Amino acid sequence: MARQEKKKDVVIVGLGWTGSIAGIELCREGLEIVALERGHDQSTVPNFEYPQQIDELKYGVRLKMMQKPSQQTVTVRRNDGETALPYRSLGSFLPGNGVGGAGTHWNGLNWRPQPEELRLRSYVAENWGEEIIPEGMNLGDYPVSYDEMEPFFTHFEKVAGISGKAGNVNGEIREGGNPFEGWRSEDYPMPPTATTYDSSKFQEACLAAGYHPFPAPAGIASTAYTNPYGMQMGPCNFCGFCERYGCYQYSKSSPQTAILDALKMQPNFSYRTESEVLRVELAEDGKTATGVTYWDHKAGEEVFQPADIVILSSYQLNNVHLMLLSGLGEAYNPLTGMGTLGKNYAYQMNGGVSMFFKDENFNPFVGHGANGMCIDDFSVNQNDFGALGFIGGSYWRSGTFNGQPIRNMPLPKGTASWGAGWKEGIGEWYGHAMSIGSHGSHMSYANNHLDLDPTYKDKHGRPLMRMTFNWQDNDLRMNQYMKSQMEPLAASMNPDVMQSGFKGIGAQYDVRPYQTTHNTGGHIMSANPTEGAVNKFSQTWKAHNVFAMGAGNFVQNTQYNPTGLVGGLAYHTVHAIRTQYLSNPRPLV
Amino acid sequence: MTDIPGLPSRRSFLKASAAGMALSGLALPAAAQTKPAPVSLDDYSPEYLTADEWAFVMAATARLIPSEGDGPGALEARVPVFIDLQLAGDYGTADDWYMEGPHDANAEPARGWQTPLNPAQVYRQGIPAFNAWCEETYQAEFAALEPAQQDEALTALQKGEVGLPAEVRDFFTILLANTKEGYFADPQYGGNFEMQSWVYIGFPGARAAFREWPTRHNVKYPLGPVSISGERA
Repeated sequence: MARQEKKKDVVIVGLGWTGSIAGIELCREGLEIVALERGHDQSTVPNFEYPQQIDELKYGVRLKMMQKPSQQTVTVRRNDGETALPYRSLGSFLPGNGVGGAGTHWNGLNWRPQPEELRLRSYVAENWGEEIIPEGMNLGDYPVSYDEMEPFFTHFEKVAGISGKAGNVNGEIREGGNPFEGWRSEDYPMPPTATTYDSSKFQEACLAAGYHPFPAPAGIASTAYTNPYGMQMGPCNFCGFCERYGCYQYSKSSPQTAILDALKMQPNFSYRTESEVLRVELAEDGKTATGVTYWDHKAGEEVFQPADIVILSSYQLNNVHLMLLSGLGEAYNPLTGMGTLGKNYAYQMNGGVSMFFKDENFNPFVGHGANGMCIDDFSVNQNDFGALGFIGGSYWRSGTFNGQPIRNMPLPKGTASWGAGWKEGIGEWYGHAMSIGSHGSHMSYANNHLDLDPTYKDKHGRPLMRMTFNWQDNDLRMNQYMKSQMEPLAASMNPDVMQSGFKGIGAQYDVRPYQTTHNTGGHIMSANPTEGAVNKFSQTWKAHNVFAMGAGNFVQNTQYNPTGLVGGLAYHTVHAIRTQYLSNPRPLV
Repeated sequence: MTDIPGLPSRRSFLKASAAGMALSGLALPAAAQTKPAPVSLDDYSPEYLTADEWAFVMAATARLIPSEGDGPGALEARVPVFIDLQLAGDYGTADDWYMEGPHDANAEPARGWQTPLNPAQVYRQGIPAFNAWCEETYQAEFAALEPAQQDEALTALQKGEVGLPAEVRDFFTILLANTKEGYFADPQYGGNFEMQSWVYIGFPGARAAFREWPTRHNVKYPLGPVSISGERA
């Protein structure tokens, strides 16, 4: 029989960005809170200290900050006719592990969605008619608007410490910022970081082409900064070790740098690591949860943690898995369209061009994860979907990051992959290449969904979650359009050699190469209980005292990195809990 | 210093000489020269690999990153030591991976690692299978072949033309990946000896502090690498 812990007001499942936000905001209401974290504890000191953190093999290649598939993984198939096979070793996506979650090892790109992306179905219908929506695409509107979300985006940017340049402050377009972004009530908390050589070349080429370059919005401190919780960041020194690493110098935005030390000082907050939640327990009437059952790895036993409110704030895939295992909704059936859990799993459609300049020096190791200049001239709200034949868009970026040689050794096509030719190639080209990336939207489709696997089990005997996912023509057409527009721009920069990498029609999902850890959907927000798993406040339709936060809420993925929207939605949710739910616990919609 | 293809001149010399690097013509700072030289590759006692496997890894990595031309080869970088230590550790045993059955080793490559074997077992079964193909094709095992034949054999292995069992299908893929890892990883893992690979391409290793460098456009960074343990080169 499970050990039982003392009841808490709130139990938080997963102590990454959204769990930390829920913790610190609900602490202010005087609630007794415990956070349960599956992984280990980790802090800037000692876990991310110099020089041990500057280890490409350990963190960049052996992925020691990441969730181990031996702990938890999924099975993957490309369509309903295939047998799903386990994602046994990490490749395509890298969920985090331990306190801070994926927020410790991200690159720091912090975007807001465009207003049109939050009401994309309506935007399409108004401009081109619903008939341009391809069959099988579950195109939707978010049940929250950009205007409702704006204060929460702004607040998250202050907490996270974002550097950038506003392009639209209360409707006034500002030179040098992104003219196509949604309105901002204020400029960024910090000015942009310095511009590296590749970024400045890209910027010049964009200006010459009539585009509108602006600095990437970066969760990377450009100055000394203190956030609203009193947490301090120091300016980034472009060490180059962001993605897959913890930041050794308090410059990259993360739960550690932005929230956790302030949260740990709260007397009504505690957290337990190596505490892996196995399921949410529902009351007999199925309308509320009574708490969660978790596995205490240190004690080697199951524990029941009763609580009045359950916050699911683990990684998107793990949130959906827990909800499926706990009956927090019905599993989505792509044939009937019934059920909501696992619906609208989406990803990201990316491509890029590499350029080689044999006489120029880019020092690719000088950079940070959110370095660079961007353009939004080919973004969702700039594209004529009807004329172009796809729904979506992308932002482009150029800026050095991850210039470490095991993972980042771009060589001109035709260079041998080993032998004397390879060795000559690395000597000739390392440090003499730059790239432009296209980071594109990914729509939701009936064919791409999550459910429980019939065969494979985890250590606790629970079924693994099964991902059914493949690339779809709409997004591939978008990607090919970006190729057709990016290649002439790259050519205008006169590289000695250039080459493109864009998936085309017929591309099959390959789990081996790293693509992105922007897994979205599966417990999407909706205006009514038949279309999604949670309402606009991330409150589950099934049990009103269970809130599920994170990118699982995304109706379809945007063209941007998800953290800005994840953070904004988390603040939107905790605001609703504080101002509407605590005084009268009930379904808020 | 160049190698003469087909003659066992330089590689044998390097293997035989613990002081091979100091004599190879690369300038080394005083700090590096005063460190005791590590055991020569010929005298090295592998942690995981058997003698036959070690001979194969020495011979194969010497072709994957040859000694001739600019920059160190895999043997100068002590890549075989790196591979041995990795296979003896939690990479070799796939401790972090999900290895529960059922396994479908014949699944198409895009489905990822599906063999029931861990990387250490793939080397253990892949080396004799490949050597058997070399015996059949060239009447000698891989390590005894001439460099040109070795290159030909490795090319066939890379292209999937040697008829390996599905369970070890990814042998060449991990052999090549591990070779490059050992070439570029921090020296604490046994390869990238004296950071020669970093010196060769101009990567500054664990310096990780470039505050004034983002705005120095098109200027080559001047300092050589440091390692995690504080060595300089």
